[in-house]
Amino acid sequence: MQFMLLFSRQGKLRLQKWYVPLCDKEKKKITRELVQTVLARKPKMCSFLEWRDLKIVYKRYASLYFCCAIEDQDNELITLEIIHRYVELLDKYFGSVCELDIIFNFEKAYFILDEFLLGGEAQETSKKNVLKAIEQADLLIDTATTQSTLTVASEPDSNTLATIQNTVSTA
Amino acid sequence: MPAPIRLRELIRTIRTARTQAEEREMIQKECAAIRSSFREEDNTYRCRNVAKLLYMHMLGYPAHFGQLECLKLIASQKFTDKRIGYLGAMLLLDERQDVHLLMTNCIKNDLNHSTQYVQGLALCTLGCMGSSEMCRDLAGEVEKLLKTSNSYLRKKAALCAVHVIRKVPELMEMFLPATKNLLSEKNHGVLHTSVVLLTEMCERSPDMLSHFRKLVPQLVRILKNLIMSGYSPEHDVSGISDPFLQVRILRLLRILGKGDDDSSEAMNDILAQVATNTETSKNVGNAILYETVLTIMDIKSESGLRVLAINILGRFLLNNDKNIRYVALTSLLKTVQTDHNAVQRHRSTIVDCLKDLDVSIKRRAMELSFALVNGNNIRGMMKELLYFLDSCDPDFKADCASGIFLAAEKYAPSKRWHIDTIMRVLTTAGSYVRDDSVPNLIQLITNSVEMHAYTVQRLYKALLDDISQQPLVQVASWCIGEYGDLLVSGQCEEEEPIQVSEDEVLDVLEGLLVSNLSTPVTRGYSLTAIMKLSTRFSSLNRIKKVVSIYGSSIDVELQQRAVEYNALFKKYDHMRPALLERMPIMEKTIFSGDGIFTVCLWSVFPVLQANDLLDLLGGNDVVPIIQTTVPTKPASAGGELLDLLGDLSLTVIPPMTAYNKNGLIIEFTFERSNPNPNIAVITIHATNSTEADMTEFVFQAAVPKVCSFPSCILINLLFMSWCIGT
Repeated sequence: MQFMLLFSRQGKLRLQKWYVPLCDKEKKKITRELVQTVLARKPKMCSFLEWRDLKIVYKRYASLYFCCAIEDQDNELITLEIIHRYVELLDKYFGSVCELDIIFNFEKAYFILDEFLLGGEAQETSKKNVLKAIEQADLLIDTATTQSTLTVASEPDSNTLATIQNTVSTA
Repeated sequence: MPAPIRLRELIRTIRTARTQAEEREMIQKECAAIRSSFREEDNTYRCRNVAKLLYMHMLGYPAHFGQLECLKLIASQKFTDKRIGYLGAMLLLDERQDVHLLMTNCIKNDLNHSTQYVQGLALCTLGCMGSSEMCRDLAGEVEKLLKTSNSYLRKKAALCAVHVIRKVPELMEMFLPATKNLLSEKNHGVLHTSVVLLTEMCERSPDMLSHFRKLVPQLVRILKNLIMSGYSPEHDVSGISDPFLQVRILRLLRILGKGDDDSSEAMNDILAQVATNTETSKNVGNAILYETVLTIMDIKSESGLRVLAINILGRFLLNNDKNIRYVALTSLLKTVQTDHNAVQRHRSTIVDCLKDLDVSIKRRAMELSFALVNGNNIRGMMKELLYFLDSCDPDFKADCASGIFLAAEKYAPSKRWHIDTIMRVLTTAGSYVRDDSVPNLIQLITNSVEMHAYTVQRLYKALLDDISQQPLVQVASWCIGEYGDLLVSGQCEEEEPIQVSEDEVLDVLEGLLVSNLSTPVTRGYSLTAIMKLSTRFSSLNRIKKVVSIYGSSIDVELQQRAVEYNALFKKYDHMRPALLERMPIMEKTIFSGDGIFTVCLWSVFPVLQANDLLDLLGGNDVVPIIQTTVPTKPASAGGELLDLLGDLSLTVIPPMTAYNKNGLIIEFTFERSNPNPNIAVITIHATNSTEADMTEFVFQAAVPKVCSFPSCILINLLFMSWCIGT
């Protein structure tokens, strides 16, 4: 996979993960053009399209478009499964995930993605293991409160910061 | 200084902004606060500030001033700092900036951290955006982690190694020892990433490929276990066990089996098993089948297996899910060359896909349909393709038209069918055909001698309906110019001949000249056609009038032609009949590509046996070899065919003796015109070396228009002195 973009139906970017080195300007240009192209697609059209020299696989979940750019030799159908797996992970983590969860907890969405994919490829094929890893890592930050669906999650305050200093000691 | 606001607070505030300007103001205010906080080197809130910066960056605002702060966070001992710091590095830094190299040391330390989640962060960042320098420095650490027993780290190290190899291919050797027992792992995560690593190595190095071939039995075993094992809740997706791993193994098998008989044989059974046992009701199953089909087609599989694969694709074509149909068409396109007959069996389904609503599917179906056309199905296929041409989007029309022309040329069952097909294309998609189709069609029509009357009649009728499609109009004008006599004489065998008078024909041609719809090129065609009719029609005065009017046309090209034609009427009237004679049959063997304009000058002499073709290559593209069959008439002069390619890169052509027989020597010399090097000047010397006189030496030059921009040929006849013997 070369990159993954999440964006709303109004074209607002919610997440961008790049696995190829590009400068900011190029990323912005690609994002803008691709978002336009995907949003212009009619609902009954297939999930694949050719764009520049890449294959684009996209799927809409509620108000969010999940869009991946894969290479020629990659399997489009399994990419759809990868997208679906990521959505399932988000759903399990946030409990019935919606766009607002991803907006207010974007950094967590990134952390989950980074436990599932690395360098554009899946690193873990078991849903359970990915979620377990995130859980354990979260414990290191000691966020006692778990996420709820629509309300804003709390952020570690100064008390918890003190706890972290004790937990993570130097090597 | 009050504590900086929290991330969620900021997000909530920004979302209340009602206009872009309001949002920008809030962002600027917050950025200023963040900047001063950074300046104060505040450790406590650095994490929070960088997180906010990352949010603003995602909205599209600049965040480069946070780059160094990310590095400080990475260097911190707190896990939450590191987490945000590495995220920031992946989002804000890229390998083009030197700043990223400062990360190297931190990453090195973190790769050896006591907490596996910190090690994980480091591996993830390196594997996602590590530059070649970083990879070189840290490859050793990654290799070490590849050998660890901790599966959480091992799987990440494998993918990190993939990235290192992509960036610095020379380091591939280094990871070879660590791959030794990767496939004996039970952990699916490690298995999956190991297969990815092995795939990468095999794709990059033929040596690695031969080395890893011995893994085929092991891979087959793993795949078999996945299929045969019972329900495993951890890896199950809609009843299939770990489809991701299955697909990756199939892909690696493809690479290992390609071109190798033994490996292909070893995987034959398992491929058949997967192909027949995989559940096809959901996308997951189809994803595995798709990969299986790709593998079967690529390796040296036995024919039964191949037929099985094509049939799977055939079933895909009937699937309700358009994604599956799309994938099937793509795969069939890849295999149509090698397994033509098997794909032919699904022709009707493929042709049905032409009517699909999805653009991508339509395009694929069109390409595949053209690949499937052959001598047996041409009539049926063409019907469908012409129907498709009628109703498809403009984007498709050009490609479809070209495809139809090519197919018709190769497999036309009869000349009449061929011409009918061309007519249909020209009338339905006439404005979309490519420029080179006009000369192609003219050549085709010229060669179908018995169809001339029919063709010109149909083209004439088409012109009466519609003169807006330029390629159609150009071909029609050319034909009317050539075969106008057949048109007015009412000699048509193929269909009911129409009654049309010379004046009506000239009305139509003149109409083209004055119409706003006609391009300059089209006007050129019509003017020449009118001129040609002067030897076929009797209404000479009318034609003379038209030609003289255009002698003062603003269009330089038209003007030049008119002036030259006028000259024909006035000074060279005796030459006019011969000059405007019917074109000889052209035999096209190769056609030159675009970008070269062909200046064809051939003299059709009534002849002795001369039939030589002088082929002069000046351009850098393929040369048309055009031969003529010269009609035998009693005469004394020799005739040659000279084909001169005038390209901008034309170098000097040496003089040559074109004809040397019976005492008549004809020599051609070539030079570039001095003021304008794009003009080639050909001088013909004819010498009589016999003692007797040569009489009735007739010089004729015929100039066909087979170039996209008409070129001018000026024939200066300089009668030099005749040498009469010694």
